[in-house]
Amino acid sequence: MLPSLTVILAALALTMAGATGALALEIKSAVLRISYPELLPISRLDLKPDDLGFVGAALADEDNQTTGSFLGMEFSTQTYPATPETFDAELQKILDDGVKLIVVIANAEDTLRIADTAGPEVLLLNAGARETSLRDDMCRANILHVTPSYNMLADAVVQFAIWKQWREVFLVHGSNPKDLAMRDAYTRAITKFGGEVVEQRVFEDTGGARRTDTGHVLVQRQIPVFTQNAPDHDVVIAADASDVFGPYLSYHSWTPRPVMGAGGLRPVSLHASHEAWGATQFQRRFEALSGRYVQEEDYDVWLAIRTIGEAVTRTNSADPAVLREYILGDEFELAAFKGRKVNFRKWNGQLRAPVLLTDGRLTVSVSPQEGYLHQRSTLDTIGLDEPESTCTAFDD
Amino acid sequence: MSIRAILLAGSAAVAMGFSTPAWANKVYVSNEKGNTVTVIDSETWEVITEFPSGNRPRGIGLSPDGKLLYVCASDDDTVRVFETEGYTELYTLPSGPDPELFTMHPSGSPLYIANEDDNLVTVVDTETRTVLAEVPVGVEPEGMAISPDTKWVINTSETTNMAHFIDTSDYKIKHNILVDQRPRYATYTDDGALLFVSSEIGGTVSVIDTSGDAPELIHKIGFEVAGVQPEWLQPVGMKVTADQKWLFVALGPANRVAVVNAETFEVADYILVGQRVWQMGFTPDQKYLITTNGNSNDVTIIDVAAQKALKSVQVGQQPWGVVVSPN
Repeated sequence: MLPSLTVILAALALTMAGATGALALEIKSAVLRISYPELLPISRLDLKPDDLGFVGAALADEDNQTTGSFLGMEFSTQTYPATPETFDAELQKILDDGVKLIVVIANAEDTLRIADTAGPEVLLLNAGARETSLRDDMCRANILHVTPSYNMLADAVVQFAIWKQWREVFLVHGSNPKDLAMRDAYTRAITKFGGEVVEQRVFEDTGGARRTDTGHVLVQRQIPVFTQNAPDHDVVIAADASDVFGPYLSYHSWTPRPVMGAGGLRPVSLHASHEAWGATQFQRRFEALSGRYVQEEDYDVWLAIRTIGEAVTRTNSADPAVLREYILGDEFELAAFKGRKVNFRKWNGQLRAPVLLTDGRLTVSVSPQEGYLHQRSTLDTIGLDEPESTCTAFDD
Repeated sequence: MSIRAILLAGSAAVAMGFSTPAWANKVYVSNEKGNTVTVIDSETWEVITEFPSGNRPRGIGLSPDGKLLYVCASDDDTVRVFETEGYTELYTLPSGPDPELFTMHPSGSPLYIANEDDNLVTVVDTETRTVLAEVPVGVEPEGMAISPDTKWVINTSETTNMAHFIDTSDYKIKHNILVDQRPRYATYTDDGALLFVSSEIGGTVSVIDTSGDAPELIHKIGFEVAGVQPEWLQPVGMKVTADQKWLFVALGPANRVAVVNAETFEVADYILVGQRVWQMGFTPDQKYLITTNGNSNDVTIIDVAAQKALKSVQVGQQPWGVVVSPN
């Protein structure tokens, strides 16, 4: 790889040194975010700010433009807040403006609809939907997934549990379709890494608000009873994508056991407390721009726009087809404040990236865990590996 | 490791009985977590002392006469200046926020300091203790080097992934070279004809020809160690020998220093050192190369001619930078 690359890069460097002063290359991208009607989160620390995801785009634009200013490139990203009723019209505006690089924060169903409406000329970057099906039988050639899948998150959690020798898992899951999808990701991970589900128990979503006022009194009574009479287990894992009960489990379970998943130790793409590998600089830049702590959607969008920026910088092109080919190629690499380069899986367009495990105050660990090996990249020990994925849209 | 270290220590002591210079030099090591600087005697390799040096000391350097020690106290947003007899702090220099690494004009002034948080390189006069210039560079500036003819200061920016060539006469960026992800450190050969830039996450060292009118990327050095996951081969600190034959590259969490032929750019060997090897410094005679090992809290002494590790010396918590006093 190295000798041939050298020649190309040398040529590129020369081109770029001369590029200043020439006509600027314009790179326009958009962030389309659909907000759904939903209950408030269990913890007010998880409230969604109005600029969720959009500040990540603004920061990535600044970062890209700093590089672009040295290379004669102009990056700009427009943000489009939408609802389930308005997103078709907003998408049309984006397409009418000739923007072909679109970051999407939406549920799985709407992400697919946007991809199919936008068509093959457009490159979509998914920064919202984590359903594994989008990387599997429902995959689309024009979607790259920056946000981790449920399978990546579940594998990250279970690798840590097995590293700790917590093999026997009491799996508590919610009752909505996305909770079941997450449960399936956990059962698959537990089987794959040699653990055992001693019991699956459903926590019904009966509607209603989150815990209110003195609600902790009730939670303290209810959760021990709910978790009573489970077989012996080392750890409780909560599959609760709907945010109905996960955060209630810690300290309240009948048997005193650590909690992972939707409560206790949580898998995230980034957390505001993460400082390793230069992340402090990212956090400070983000907070200076937004006046708040970063959330996962912000980081995922930042990474999406940086992916575009990196591909543009290296190819000197804004053509989605050229960028897609480079991004899925062997030479693409990006630093993401996770201690190693991240790049994309060729078989389903999923970003290969470490997953942080946070207790809400610190990065407790980072998966993949030590000792999980893979013939291609240890990052492929988390998430859907090539033989497991039924995606064929990326085959050519 | 421990048996091996003892054996090496024994052979080192014998070897050094015959080959040490007439006087010993002081080796200064900044301890990032310990908030101290450890001082080591380069003849006995014994620790002389350890003194407080401000919060999160990282980049470290000496005035040409060896009388002043400059330490980037990153969390104090300043460069602290110590005298090297009694190690008392004399004054601080205005460094800009979160100073990490600097390079010094061979005359001792100015210092060119990378400010990681502000996308700036700050130029500080060490005598008047004033800021001469602030140069906007790429995102997260880190590595700093000055060309031997002092015409160029190099800064590497970690998120922009470039080496910026700053003209020292007007503090303007005249050239930019794209390198691999997270460029960490830059160093010239003594004749100024080549510049090496290490990319921590990219896992490569870019070789830039600086002998012509414009710098040109001519090669990338990759690394491979049997039994070590490729993602842990993360090049950080580098040093080139004065005869320009060998480039030593610290490989971070791979716990090894790569020995690269600086003429053919082939990797000749890997020297096992302590954990998370970060920065390195030569003794003035270049007989020894000292590496800081952040996760094993020690420094490793490498015999440069033999390309072998001699021994490791325990220092403070999480050693980061190292500099050796001149003769």
